[in-house]
Amino acid sequence: MKLGVLCSGGKDSLYACGCAMEREEVACLITVRPANEESYLFHTPNVSLVALQAEAAGLPLVAVDSPGEKEEEVSDLRQALIIARERHRIEGVVTGAVLSVYQATRVQRVCHELGLWCFNPLWHTDQEAYLRSLIRRGYVAIIAGVFSAPFDASWLGRRIDEAALANLKAYAERHRITLTGEGGEYETFVLDAPFFTKRIAIEETCPEYRNYRGMYRITRARLVEK
Amino acid sequence: MILLVDLCYREGSLGYEEFVLPVARIVEKAGHAVRAVHYRAGPGTVPDDAVAVILCGTPLADTTFLSGLENFSWLADVRVPVLGVCAGMELICRVFGGTVGPGEEIGMTEVTVLAPDPLFAGRESFPAYELHTLACTDPGPLRVLAVSDQCIQAVRHPDKPVYGVMFHPEVRNEWVVERFLSLAGEKRINP
Repeated sequence: MKLGVLCSGGKDSLYACGCAMEREEVACLITVRPANEESYLFHTPNVSLVALQAEAAGLPLVAVDSPGEKEEEVSDLRQALIIARERHRIEGVVTGAVLSVYQATRVQRVCHELGLWCFNPLWHTDQEAYLRSLIRRGYVAIIAGVFSAPFDASWLGRRIDEAALANLKAYAERHRITLTGEGGEYETFVLDAPFFTKRIAIEETCPEYRNYRGMYRITRARLVEK
Repeated sequence: MILLVDLCYREGSLGYEEFVLPVARIVEKAGHAVRAVHYRAGPGTVPDDAVAVILCGTPLADTTFLSGLENFSWLADVRVPVLGVCAGMELICRVFGGTVGPGEEIGMTEVTVLAPDPLFAGRESFPAYELHTLACTDPGPLRVLAVSDQCIQAVRHPDKPVYGVMFHPEVRNEWVVERFLSLAGEKRINP
């Protein structure tokens, strides 16, 4: 089955892409770039760099810009899927949805309307086991944004490794955050994945942080040999 | 051991992680061992060590299981409690003489319990996650336990400990699976 993977650039969508590649044919990455950083449906930090991830994975990219306004986001998603279906003959869509019924419901409805299958391989996954697998399989995911206490500025750009996971587990116990950031507590960006032929090297960043909210904006990056 | 039956279009599909593993996690958390089999790979009978069976859901576009009803003839003579989830309920409906037709719900809906049953632990209504384009349009001999404003949401066989739920209990209603396992363990839902 030819599939398109909805990709925000974060760990969940890239990991879901890896799962899909093991079972089916991934024909393209699909990304919706919201202008609004408070997007309800799409994750925002560094989404413009998904093009580098697509190149690293050797996959074509379907990218649609969206104003990022609540219900219109669904129309933008529909437009992106229509383009992917026409251009790459996809029969289904893969997402990295973990717990969000809001996100899953909207993607499921659009896929159904367009006659596309919809797969969510991380749906209600064991979050700790998933993060361990992400680390073990060699995904290099960094924290691209923090949006809640107790994350301080030192988290911006930090790689999710065993030490970070231990800290996240402690935060989950003490501050009731979700381990995977599913509650919007943090966002990630993937620099390397097992199926990338090259990795992303960050050359310049512009981090911003204030009062438990921060973004690790990557202003210049390029692909380098692994 | 609780037997989980994967109803997805092929063994090892991407639907396994989405529809079988979340149920497996609930079952394991409740202290039971789990064995998952694809419906085409099963021996055609329930293994002796299975104390209950859960028929798991499928992706929205996947109704392949309905064109292979011969794979489920074992259900008619099943001796252990069975819970069918979404696709599993459609299957139970067909196997026991009901009909399945168009009936679409995607997202959260309100489920209203019509007939008191130990499975719902006294609840009269609750919100539930739906993901189906087909529904049980005529339950045949099955008892209707709950409905939404769109379709039948839960059925039970009149003589056998066989249940079907149209909603996905693994999303926000894990208690339904836990309740089923508890009742199955206590043999309180055996005829």
